[in-house]
Amino acid sequence: MILKQLAKTVGALGIACGMALSATTSYAEDETIKVGVLHSLSGTMAISETTLKDTMLMLIEEQNKKGGLLGKKLEPVVVDPASNWPLFAEKTRELLSQEEVDAIFGCWTSVSRKSVLPVVEELNGLLFYPVQYEGEESSRNVFYTGAAPNQQAIPAVDYLMNDMEVKRWVLAGTDYVYPRTTNKILEAYLKSKGVAESDIMINYTPFGHSDWQNIVADIKRFGSQGKKTAVVSTINGDANVPFYRELGNQGISAEDIPVVAFSVGEEELSGIDTKPLVGHMAAWNYFMSVETDVNDTFIDQWLKFIGDDKRVTNDPMEAHYIGFNMWVKAVEKAGTTDVDAVIDAIVGVEVPNLTGGSSKMLPNHHITKPVLIGEIQEDGQFLTVWETEDLVAGDAWSDYLEGSKDLKSDWPSMNCGNYNTATKKCVGATAE
Amino acid sequence: MTVMTTMERFKKVGPTMVYRECLKVLLVLLATLLPLASHAQASETDTEFYALVDQVASGSLSKRIKTVDAIAELNHTRSAAILEALQEGALKNARGKEGLVVIEIANDQYVDAKTGEPIIDKDLGRLKRVPIHNKLRGQIRTLLAQINLSSADEEIRLSAVTRLITDGGDADTAELLQSLKANETSAAVVEAMNTAIALYRIESDDATVRLYAVKQLRGSLIPEVRGPLKALVTNDPDKAVRIEAERAIDSIEGKLKMFRFGENVFFGLSLGSVFLLSAIGLAITFGVMGVINMAHGELMMIGAYTTWVIQQAFPNQIEYSLFMAIPAAFVVAGLVGIAIERGVIQFLYGRPLETLLATFGISLILQQAARSIFSPLNRAVSLPEWMSGSLQINPALSITFNRLYILLFGLMVFFALMAILKKTSLGLKVRAVSQNRPMARAVGVRASWVDALTFGLGSGIAGIAGVALSQLTNVGPNLGQAYIIDSFMVVVFGGVGNLWGTLVGAMGLGIVNKFLEPYAGAVLAKVLILVMLILFIQKKPKGLFPQKGRAAAD
Repeated sequence: MILKQLAKTVGALGIACGMALSATTSYAEDETIKVGVLHSLSGTMAISETTLKDTMLMLIEEQNKKGGLLGKKLEPVVVDPASNWPLFAEKTRELLSQEEVDAIFGCWTSVSRKSVLPVVEELNGLLFYPVQYEGEESSRNVFYTGAAPNQQAIPAVDYLMNDMEVKRWVLAGTDYVYPRTTNKILEAYLKSKGVAESDIMINYTPFGHSDWQNIVADIKRFGSQGKKTAVVSTINGDANVPFYRELGNQGISAEDIPVVAFSVGEEELSGIDTKPLVGHMAAWNYFMSVETDVNDTFIDQWLKFIGDDKRVTNDPMEAHYIGFNMWVKAVEKAGTTDVDAVIDAIVGVEVPNLTGGSSKMLPNHHITKPVLIGEIQEDGQFLTVWETEDLVAGDAWSDYLEGSKDLKSDWPSMNCGNYNTATKKCVGATAE
Repeated sequence: MTVMTTMERFKKVGPTMVYRECLKVLLVLLATLLPLASHAQASETDTEFYALVDQVASGSLSKRIKTVDAIAELNHTRSAAILEALQEGALKNARGKEGLVVIEIANDQYVDAKTGEPIIDKDLGRLKRVPIHNKLRGQIRTLLAQINLSSADEEIRLSAVTRLITDGGDADTAELLQSLKANETSAAVVEAMNTAIALYRIESDDATVRLYAVKQLRGSLIPEVRGPLKALVTNDPDKAVRIEAERAIDSIEGKLKMFRFGENVFFGLSLGSVFLLSAIGLAITFGVMGVINMAHGELMMIGAYTTWVIQQAFPNQIEYSLFMAIPAAFVVAGLVGIAIERGVIQFLYGRPLETLLATFGISLILQQAARSIFSPLNRAVSLPEWMSGSLQINPALSITFNRLYILLFGLMVFFALMAILKKTSLGLKVRAVSQNRPMARAVGVRASWVDALTFGLGSGIAGIAGVALSQLTNVGPNLGQAYIIDSFMVVVFGGVGNLWGTLVGAMGLGIVNKFLEPYAGAVLAKVLILVMLILFIQKKPKGLFPQKGRAAAD
């Protein structure tokens, strides 16, 4: 008897609970804005992308503490594309059509971005891409908060040429799209500055290359011709450690042949014994060592959020910080999270960056950023040795490449990402 | 007092002795007086020096360049010490105490930068390193080289002269070197000085001086020599100089070609030794036991992480950490290997496809485990001092220590393993079981026990390989993936089940790779190697050294 009664109460309770639960979920659905986070948490890219996932969670948490957005709470939807490029496209589809997120923050490699691109365009989503890349792209649905080549590679080469008086150039890169395109741009740029073909050495290596003995020996030989030599490195990820180690072991120091890298940041350095790297350089738009109040606050926030005071901040994190704040501001400006309204509202939005200035979203969906050149120090931080006086506007189409120098991207006024100023036509989807 | 004793002695010993004694006394007197005199006099330079030290520790980078010059010019007794400390990043600002600049001479031991006196007071507040950049570093190096030219240590003198060659000297340096050369005792230093002077004279307006300088530079392997000589060949107005310069270049290039060949062979052997280390464990598990172990790379990863853990556990013993890590990695990776064998593989003998899939799954599990335990970020394994740097044979040929040691280590591991298999009872049983399992069991060998131990041995050696790899590449969850394909390549190429084949295969592939790379580039070289390997396997499916007899029947 009692048992039956009990069963009944439990059952009733269960139903009540279930109803309450479904009620709260439907209530929550009404009251949250979903933000997709598309970063690999497993596989080869997890090393870099996990940090960006955490950054997004922190930014969203902070925004919610401030009262959310349009009176609603933000809800992160984290998916794991597992460093698998086709999976990036699938997960994007899932985020846009099943989860119905209002914006996606994600991707690291250019391949993953290229794989996501058709999906965000087809389903009219919003993607904020936080990593420095090779340029030559402008999509209505993508906002590029990382550096374009003219915001990283070109100023770095200028610095080496003018301040360090470098005459011979080694362009070393990992064999994939970003280094190949960047080096193509740099080669054209160097030649336009009167550097002879014989003073440029180009070298590509496979992903994760670990045996640098003869390449470093070649660089040493190339650099011993009596002219100041520098290495411009687009070597990616894991291949950097053995590269710098070999440089150190073969006795090449940063004063003799400096290496300026575009893919080595604080995060990468935290996994390296930095002794052989001291003095080598990197070009970024942000360094953790930049001394500004906003940066101090950001670092404190990050260390507190992640609960480990040995962690570092880096450039792509700043890009997410800028991108997220731009999106928030644009949504507030538009009064809705509707994608078309936000795309229209976000151009011209200006938010503070972490280096003391403020970055602006441009009509070509790239942003303005300062360019900093830093030398690696023993503690794995950078010492800023040079920076641009003004912010540099991101250029989607390089001025130094044959096919792209006539192209212009202007979404608000022309609704075109690749308008050809010579033929006065929008090239459309066929532009490469 | 001293005079008294001398007088007494005068009576005892005769005039020559006294003369000597007097000299001694004089010297002692002088020695005690001199510093006093310089001290009294130096107070002015001291104050100037102290002010400069304060200046160098504050202010902007561009200002620091001038201050550093001033410090060197002042030529204070502590000038060199300050510059060296600045160069090494040991010069620090004590934030707790205003105006205190210290030099860290060892871990947590400081001296006052101005006086060189040790600081006992531990309460220095937060220390901030005085930052320098490349321009400053180059400048300090040149300044130090000039100071070090008259150092007592031969090696320091030699590196100082070499530095001056790299920087390119002017008339003053050439003159200075010329005057120092007269008193120089070391032949190597004299030779370097000659090169430096000749390099300066090569730009002389006098054709005979140029000609003589070019003759002196003939056969010099110092890389800075070639550029100016080449310029002479094309630009010199004097024909004799042009011809002589061309001859000099030819003689240099002939030598260089030879050394370059030697260098390439070493590069190849060194790459081969990495192949050997990563393949040798697999040669046991795959070659002898026939288990396709896709988790082999992850066992190397475990070995590398063990090295890291050891270095974390004994942060003050970095120099010896590798010797501790080798046995530790062997045990840890070996135990994991035995666990894999007992837990999974023993149920799958004779089913290669399932083994492959199961071990691939294990490799993914181990990778993700590393990500969860150690974070997806790479861990920094430090190089002991003796592993870094290179053995300079001559200016054109140097061999890096880490590669050299790893080559020797790889061979050691190989021969040790050979000995285990050939000379011990475990080795006998392993060979027996792998040749004929039922027969071995019939004579009383516990086959399953031997299987577990063999797999453990192969895995343990993979762990040791991981220790070596931690000195060459990243220690992270992806470490194993990078080497698994190479390992299989070597074992298949060398002939499954033959350890000698693994050795020859590894070294052969390494050398071929390194000779292809300069022509084809690193990417294409890898492709070519794979294509060649495929063609080779078509021709000889059992590898370089196929097993003969009944063991090869299957």
